[in-house]
Amino acid sequence: MIIRPASDRALYLVFGEEISPAMHAAVGRATRALEGVRGLRNLHPGYASVLVDFDPSLLTHAAAEALIREALDRHAGDPAPEPRQVEIPVVYGGEHGPDLGDVARHTGLSERDVVERHAAAEYFVYFVGFSTCFPYLGGLPAELATPRLAAPRKQVPAGSVAIGGAQAGVYPLASPGGWRLIGRTPLSLFDSAATPPPRLRMGDRVRFLPIPEARF
Amino acid sequence: MNRVHVALPGFLTTVQDPGRFGWAHYGISASGAADPFAFRAANLLAGNAGNAPALEMTLVGGEFVFEQAATVVVAGADLASPVPLWQPVEIAAGAVLRFGAARAGARCYLAVRGGFDVPLVMGSASVHVMTGVGGRPLRKGDVLAVGDAAVRRPRPPARGLEQYWGGGELRVTEGPQARLFGEELYAAEYTVREESNRMGIRLQGPALPAPPGGMISEGVALGAVQAPPDGQPIVLFVEHQTSGGYPKPANVVSADFRLLGQLRPRDRVRFRRITMESAEVLLREQERWLLRL
Repeated sequence: MIIRPASDRALYLVFGEEISPAMHAAVGRATRALEGVRGLRNLHPGYASVLVDFDPSLLTHAAAEALIREALDRHAGDPAPEPRQVEIPVVYGGEHGPDLGDVARHTGLSERDVVERHAAAEYFVYFVGFSTCFPYLGGLPAELATPRLAAPRKQVPAGSVAIGGAQAGVYPLASPGGWRLIGRTPLSLFDSAATPPPRLRMGDRVRFLPIPEARF
Repeated sequence: MNRVHVALPGFLTTVQDPGRFGWAHYGISASGAADPFAFRAANLLAGNAGNAPALEMTLVGGEFVFEQAATVVVAGADLASPVPLWQPVEIAAGAVLRFGAARAGARCYLAVRGGFDVPLVMGSASVHVMTGVGGRPLRKGDVLAVGDAAVRRPRPPARGLEQYWGGGELRVTEGPQARLFGEELYAAEYTVREESNRMGIRLQGPALPAPPGGMISEGVALGAVQAPPDGQPIVLFVEHQTSGGYPKPANVVSADFRLLGQLRPRDRVRFRRITMESAEVLLREQERWLLRL
């Protein structure tokens, strides 16, 4: 692990450069170890790094780094928690998944095959981020990878289930977006009255369950 | 209990505090006052703790009616303020504080002695406009309760305040991908674009050359200067995304966050690189000024 400054109140813990379950495990371990440490205000996990935002009125870079190393050592042996299993019902295709046809054409599969393979896979949440608590899902079957749209949509409806390159995701809130939309879930993935509001969290295991349009 | 009625909300008025920390790994950035210096000064001058909830008005202020007498402090941008800024002002029962369009700067804070007593959401009163966490911008007819959380007497008017609105020089430290960029960011003036908001300050100027190769998404810091594919820099602001995949040549220093909070469309800025040590010294000086209030 390398520690390097990000700003005068933040630093990066860098575990590597690639997207892999091993990196995810390291990022998860560090995030759990640092949660609630006094003086550290926010943890921003990525695929292979964690950005740690600290309180500059309490800590210098050197002090923050020492605090972080100490907390990581203290929790080095902690077992990983059992992942939560989350099932997401999805209406595939039609008006809810306007890009399903494009994904089928690009992958050379039938629409039905795309849906079957997408729904058969188990996904996990690498991390939740971007601007709308977007869950970055690993586990998309390689044959379903489809490039993003050349021009992003101005508005993607909340609950849209999407493919962006080799990644899978779900839009918790309506927002602009360039991923291919293959379906939509009626499940609310963001409840601003809940603590925390996003339903999907880092480390969760996710499965998609096809449902008929009538159940949307 | 004293209450404040919102007769007019203004363009965008929200309840803010220093921000909601501890939720970035759930995808929720801290939010908080866009000009943390003016916000804190307003509270300290009112005799509050520095983090008491206060109102943040943007570009065009609102109109507020106080049921009972109160001590208020207005600080930050001058939105045609009905009372002098940067000092405690006694107002009478039934008084109406009516603000207008900004004469200078973008954001103005209205603190009341005792603080605004609003429910905390996940530990903070701050409204995160993008996600709706913590509430929504004020509307006509909203009523806010005044709290009793003052911690000391109101202070004398602030002295020796330097003007920091209207753009100018933004000091930065090197960002995580600084080595992928040359000196372009420091060579030109950039103009603040209309699309700027609490998520990001979008700039227009000579395009930064796109570095070769892609990068995987990583966490991003408040004040990060991001270079998207079109090369027009975006400074990530209080409601910034928690992660992103664009390279970041620089990061605005904490002591200049107050300048970011006062930028308005068409203001011009330049970037100047300083060392991490200088950035820490600047922040300490700013803290000392606030603690002298």
